[in-house]
Amino acid sequence: MLAYLARRVAYTVPILFGVALVCFALVHIAPGDPLVSVLPPDASADLQAMLRTLYGFDRSYPEQFGRWLWRAAHGDLGTSIATGRPVTDEVFKAVGYTLRLSILATLIGFFFGSLFGFVAGYYRDSLVDKAASALSVLGVSVPHYWLGMVLVIVFAAILGWLPPTGAGSGNEGFFGSLRFMILPAVTMSVIPMGIVARTVRALVADILAQEFVIGLRAKGLTDWGVFRHVVKNAAPTALAVMGLQLGYLLGGSILIETVFSWPGTGFLLNAAIFQRDLPLLQGTILVLALFFVILNLLVDVVQTALDPRIQRS
Amino acid sequence: MAALAQQSIVEAPQPKTTGYWTGVWRRLRRDPVAIFAGLVILALILMAIFAPYIAPADPYRASSLRRLRPIGTAGYPLGSDELGRDMLSRLIFGARLSLFMGITPVILAFGIGSAIGIFAGYVGGWVNTAIMRTIDVFYAFPSVLLAVALSGALGAGFGNALVSLTVVFVPQIARVAEAVTTQVRSRDYVEAARASGAGGFTIVRVHVLGNVLGPIFVYATSLISVSMILASGLSFLGLGVRPPEPEWGLMLNTLRTAIYVQPWLAALPGVMIFITSIAFNLLADGLRSAMDVKQ
Amino acid sequence: MIPEDRGGPAQPLLTVKGLLKHFPVKKGLFGGASAKVRAVDGIDFEVLKGETLGVVGESGCGKSTTARLLLSLIDPTAGEIVFDGERVGSRALSLKEFRRQCQMVFQDSYSSLNPRLTIEASIAFAPQVHGVPRKEAVGRARDLLARVGLEPRRFAERYPHELSGGQRQRVNIARALALQPRLVILDEAVSALDKSVEAQVLNLLLDLKEEFGLTYIFISHDLNVVRFISDRVMVMYLGKVAEIGGSEEVFERAQHPYTAALLSSMPSLDPDNRTEVAPLAGDPPNPIDPPPGCRFHTRCALVEPVCSAKEPPLAATEGSHRAACLAVQPGSGHSLAPAATSVELAA
Repeated sequence: MLAYLARRVAYTVPILFGVALVCFALVHIAPGDPLVSVLPPDASADLQAMLRTLYGFDRSYPEQFGRWLWRAAHGDLGTSIATGRPVTDEVFKAVGYTLRLSILATLIGFFFGSLFGFVAGYYRDSLVDKAASALSVLGVSVPHYWLGMVLVIVFAAILGWLPPTGAGSGNEGFFGSLRFMILPAVTMSVIPMGIVARTVRALVADILAQEFVIGLRAKGLTDWGVFRHVVKNAAPTALAVMGLQLGYLLGGSILIETVFSWPGTGFLLNAAIFQRDLPLLQGTILVLALFFVILNLLVDVVQTALDPRIQRS
Repeated sequence: MAALAQQSIVEAPQPKTTGYWTGVWRRLRRDPVAIFAGLVILALILMAIFAPYIAPADPYRASSLRRLRPIGTAGYPLGSDELGRDMLSRLIFGARLSLFMGITPVILAFGIGSAIGIFAGYVGGWVNTAIMRTIDVFYAFPSVLLAVALSGALGAGFGNALVSLTVVFVPQIARVAEAVTTQVRSRDYVEAARASGAGGFTIVRVHVLGNVLGPIFVYATSLISVSMILASGLSFLGLGVRPPEPEWGLMLNTLRTAIYVQPWLAALPGVMIFITSIAFNLLADGLRSAMDVKQ
Repeated sequence: MIPEDRGGPAQPLLTVKGLLKHFPVKKGLFGGASAKVRAVDGIDFEVLKGETLGVVGESGCGKSTTARLLLSLIDPTAGEIVFDGERVGSRALSLKEFRRQCQMVFQDSYSSLNPRLTIEASIAFAPQVHGVPRKEAVGRARDLLARVGLEPRRFAERYPHELSGGQRQRVNIARALALQPRLVILDEAVSALDKSVEAQVLNLLLDLKEEFGLTYIFISHDLNVVRFISDRVMVMYLGKVAEIGGSEEVFERAQHPYTAALLSSMPSLDPDNRTEVAPLAGDPPNPIDPPPGCRFHTRCALVEPVCSAKEPPLAATEGSHRAACLAVQPGSGHSLAPAATSVELAA
């Protein structure tokens, strides 16, 4: 186990390096001068040269990368060109919002996904099963940004039950601010729901088809006993899928956050792109990708710890 | 002993010989869901090709007097958009760019990713390790994030969106291609071909391609659905097609402001994306089970 | 056409010298190779023209690795292969030309045929690689199908999944013969077949050998089959040759205790023919870290201290019969070692 842990961590290091390299390269594949959005149109040659030195754009690429990586490792992701504030502060403020939304969405998706998947797998090939699998096809096929719009139309524009956009002013109290989260979180939960349902259905059907379960039943084990057995065996994989989905949502929330004007990383990214705020773009993507890689690592390790049958080489 | 060898054919002969693709087609034909999905896709493609003949109006002609007319207005069967353009015509014309933007990246990635994956899988060794570790780096980004990051950095536009989506799908396809190629490479018929003195290129052409392209193709079809959603999503964010071109994602974006005036009208372009995405998903599912021959 | 015989009948068709294959095993954090599997650990043998050399041993003893090494399907760590007097890979005999003259039939009849090709295309592939025009290659493929007992008009355009296991193995034999080779390596070629089909295929192999003047290397774990088909037998244990000699000599007067143990584990119908040697127990030791001295000493009934100290050479016992066991080698220090002549171990 310890050897596996060490190997898994060692494998992650070059990936992290590669991720950093890609994020660094993002600024440099961007067409035009990276300074163009900060410079006033009539900037003098002197001012240009000064800013170039200030941002380090006059050095060679490997040197720039090295300096950027060194600073990033110390928590300094540079300064936002648009706001002039440290990128790290901006990103972590937004990450808080995104994380809140993603966790709620993952929980909703996991709960209903497991429920549908479990029922479908338990009553295989029944009408419930067919309905559940149809639902999961719809879940993975739906353009979620459109689903978000439809929910806003129904629950905000027509019924007026919930606020359409934003995260509130912060003075609404717990239940008040939860109202703002319901629509975006439900929209987002559709993404993991279909996948969790599919996974759980396959797991449950597999476990029930195993001979020893049939044997346990023949020996008079109650339905409750069988249920407990199934949950115990399906849980590690289902939890792993949930963990990975949380990672996808963290990085994939940009479209939904835009629909709901939710002040998370997606919203930040959107702003960074349209203001050509490249340090902010770079920093946000780096943080999100790091979250994703580390979450993957954690899921792998936890799953291995929970399920000794998984022997990875 | 010789007599024994000669009279050995005891198994009953089968009536007719069948190739692999014949079998796939026969199984696919018996799958009503997949056939229906295929027909929907065919209809969408025909709609895109013959858009000028089908559409009742010019999708670009605006009218400041007839903005945001509801569905069912005379002369505007599906209403009019925020600039008074005919919705039905724009939805029909929108199929052109939306389908093109959804399908093209997958086709490009299928070519590039298969080439990379088959090469890595066939060559093996440290070359394989180097290629696949690089691919793993791109896997560390959720696909939506990578697509948005790349097109965000490259700048908004149709071409850049296509490039970004292709970059998103190449690693995914390459991974599948590498996995199936590694599997096929260890089969005895590849060993036998090597033992007969054939060169690597010939073996890949005759023995590997025919056995790996099928599974890679199935995987690629299942990506079209994702690609449709992502491509329209980029346009929705303002990173893809630019106004005034009709494209479903972009239409959804520009109509967002109208949800209090004409809520159902504003949701229409999304319905088109949804239908297309479901159809591709169901077709890919059908194709997968039709090609999954238990040996 | 039977390919020309260069060195005359007295020259061995194949001479293998010091063949060695160590597979690196990945260990440690960064995948550095710190251990190796000694799959084939320095073997020498010859294959005479027109004979069938049987190769036997437990699974994992290096039989199949040897077969793949002979055809350079995997690169040997060390060693030399000489085919009819010419070193393989030399100017006189390129690898490609050697591969034309030496072909292989694999155990898994399904996995050794490309599922996307008709069987005639599979058979015609190799001749086309060697420059035979397509039409001619297909014609030859159909002739060969007829020769291995499959009516070409009915079978030529079928796909592998439409054939039975026995039929597929006939196709594989035809495929191996398509290049008119002189040496055919049969790697467990009949092991996966039903007993009745196995007998038919064995007879077919004997017929083909006579008709085309072939030489066989026949690898199998089935001693009955090996005894039936082989002129000489080579016994392998943990990547080494334990014993080699004429089929009758090895089966009747086994010199190596391992051979004797293998033979005694063979089911015999004759109640008076039971041997006293204990059959093999347990699994062979790990080839990553083989035992010192004689590799068999951990499982040997005749083990003595000298066995773990000294590695026995493969030495002649009588005529061309050779065994790597200290107990039969004069002056080895083993208490059973003969003063001058050999002893018989098998009762």
